Amino acid sequence: MKSKMLLNKVGREIPSYIEGYKKITLYKGVFEGQIEGRRYAPLKTGSRPGDNKLLYNIKEAIKKSKLKDGMTISFHHHLRNGDYVLNMVMKEIAEMGIKNLTICASSITKAHGPLVDHIKNGVVTGLETSGLRGEIAREITENNILRKPVVFRSHGGRARAIEAGEVIIDIAFIAAPTCDPMGNLNGMEGKSAFGAIGYPIVDVKYAEKVVAITDNLVSFPLNNISISMSDVDYVVQVDEIGDPSKIATGSTRVTKNPLELLIAEKAANILIQSGMIKEGFSFQAGSGGASLAVCKFLRSYMEGNNITGSFAAGGTTAYLVDLMKDGLFKAILDIQTLDSAAVGSLLENQNHIEISASTYANPHNKSCSAHQLDIMVLSATEIDTNFNINSMTGSNGMIMGAIGGAQDTAAGAKLTVVVAPTMRKRIPIIVDKVTNIVTPGETIDILVTERGICINPKRIDLIEILKDKIDLISIGKLKNKIEHLTAKGNKPDYLDNIVGIIEYRDGTVIDIIKQVKI
Amino acid sequence: MKKLRRTMLFAPANNPKLLFNTPIYEPDCIIFDLEDAIKIDEKDAARNLLAEALKVVDYGNCEVFARINPLRTPTNDKAPFGELDVRTLVPAGLRRMRLPMCETVEHIEELSILLDELEEKHGIEKRSVKIQASLETVLGVENAREIAACSDRITSISFGSEDYTKSLGAVRTKEGSEIFFARTQIVVAAALAGVDAIDTVWADLGDLEGFKKEVRSTINLGFVGKSCVHPSQVKVVHEMMTPSMEEVEKSLKIVKAAKEANIENGGVMQIDGKMIDIPIIAKAQKIVSLAKGAGLIK
Repeated sequence: MKSKMLLNKVGREIPSYIEGYKKITLYKGVFEGQIEGRRYAPLKTGSRPGDNKLLYNIKEAIKKSKLKDGMTISFHHHLRNGDYVLNMVMKEIAEMGIKNLTICASSITKAHGPLVDHIKNGVVTGLETSGLRGEIAREITENNILRKPVVFRSHGGRARAIEAGEVIIDIAFIAAPTCDPMGNLNGMEGKSAFGAIGYPIVDVKYAEKVVAITDNLVSFPLNNISISMSDVDYVVQVDEIGDPSKIATGSTRVTKNPLELLIAEKAANILIQSGMIKEGFSFQAGSGGASLAVCKFLRSYMEGNNITGSFAAGGTTAYLVDLMKDGLFKAILDIQTLDSAAVGSLLENQNHIEISASTYANPHNKSCSAHQLDIMVLSATEIDTNFNINSMTGSNGMIMGAIGGAQDTAAGAKLTVVVAPTMRKRIPIIVDKVTNIVTPGETIDILVTERGICINPKRIDLIEILKDKIDLISIGKLKNKIEHLTAKGNKPDYLDNIVGIIEYRDGTVIDIIKQVKI
Repeated sequence: MKKLRRTMLFAPANNPKLLFNTPIYEPDCIIFDLEDAIKIDEKDAARNLLAEALKVVDYGNCEVFARINPLRTPTNDKAPFGELDVRTLVPAGLRRMRLPMCETVEHIEELSILLDELEEKHGIEKRSVKIQASLETVLGVENAREIAACSDRITSISFGSEDYTKSLGAVRTKEGSEIFFARTQIVVAAALAGVDAIDTVWADLGDLEGFKKEVRSTINLGFVGKSCVHPSQVKVVHEMMTPSMEEVEKSLKIVKAAKEANIENGGVMQIDGKMIDIPIIAKAQKIVSLAKGAGLIK
């Protein structure tokens, strides 16, 4: 099909047709996308008394699920860098000679290096994920080994796409830290417990077949059920589903880096000055770096002023759990638990609430928690003078990050604050045009850096509140100030091949990623 | 208004990131180190890097120092790097330097002669390059009074406890009784010469309470500033060395009343039932000056 270039709302050129991708709809604005159609439904299957779901091994589950060339299979990344399940399943599939599969994962992590060979061997020919890092990301950006674009979706966008039937999952493979023989399972008990199992709660409702893979098979009935047997077809017991010690990668503790602490302190101060830190406020911060450290500085203000927040959300760390335990937040809405110290809280504290990716952030739900947020604190790898955020590619064009929940929470929160240093390894972070747009600038309100604080000029109300309390600088001036130190960064050269499509949470295309010329 | 030197934050001069980033922590002074923190084979690179940074980086309100290498070895031979540091950095814009291991007036005179030459050669205002003498040996502490008063280039004297206790044969403790004499000697010398006294570093970053205790004792002894080895120390020192608004308001009242009663140079008066005389007025004036320097009042 002949393709022409079209401009979307954020000024990115998008081809009217991309081989291997659905009909293109351009990004038109945060809540401008049309909501059409009905939810997808998988074929019904029944059960009879005495049915046995417990199979000998993964291979048998793949056979019974009737996996064939060209199908789509799904995984989730709660075990993060310690996940064994994706690699175990793909190894069996490759040995069985099945090819041309699409993997729809909540994210691909550094644990999934063997995917490179599966892609090169034609076992995997499609990839849909929130993020991509490490060797696979490099091979895709530099060498286009997939030969068609990776589809990147936010956590809310993925849930929406599955529910809308834009992604039809043939088999969902679930890493289940505790599971009974009928398939009732949870993520918060067992030797490989990772906590909330928010992503595949969506997959199991819409997949044609669901296989639970567990290393802690318990007798029926499990009493703490996150995913019910009514959605699970088969159960397989293995020695280990992962190494939970690799879930936390250092990004879940409050940083000791003085630069990040300085940025966090400034961000906390601006939140306080904005008047948003008041009784009943809701809050989410990304893990790691300055984002999480903002909580540390808010804590003392909340304690000093007897303020209790309504809920904190997002990837849950032990620090967030402590805030709830100490009475500073009434509840935690948890889609993914980011360190083992927080897992116990999910079991013990009824105010630590497990939610699905859809409940978290699907814009086409009747409600989602991202839309209930007062404050979101995000990090970014680049930000442009229109406040557009890149969290996906480096300034060299290499894929190295993720959308995560950034699009969802920035759109939903009343106040979205980006915390970032002005330079990393002497490369400027504020640029005229970000390498790729992930989160549109119209959803970003404030940028806090170590060298200045910028408010999106569209937020006249915020500028009015803060102009006499905080030293502000325009983002253009701050960019020039930094470039005086670093000079402008070099832009990468690209080939014509499109290696990635960045969808906005509503399924429209906000940007494309091209193959980098080496 | 007197320049505040509550904090002197060390940063090794061979780290480009720190050359850019140190001012963001807003210490009163930055001290880029060319001496102990820099390995011998990196001395030239660090010096050149700092020279370039001085030309392009805006350090805002921070007073920028370099801790140059000593001009003399312990046996009083000419040391290899110190003079080169000065010859490179002064033309690049350096106007403040800490002379380490300063033991005698002759050390200051030697540096001052070199600075005279460079000021003349590069058209720099005469006597505008200032020196902080670092006293970190028994001899240096012994000669503190003469060193502090020997030159109009001296704006401050600082104490280095590690080398001092080494030269004394004392054991360095957190409690610091072994350096009490040196500290008092230095603050007395500084007060007599009308220059600032800057206290030694606190290296145990994990012991915040110990650090606070030391800063409190530093303030009580009469030091006006503290050398800092980590950005996290800056805020702590500033908070402790900056008067509270209550103190400031009380001091403003005293200063104003003393001026109106014309007793700034002698005499006694009453404010709120308390006797106010010269020493109290002088302390109030110091607090007002600190508050102005810290931006609490205009």
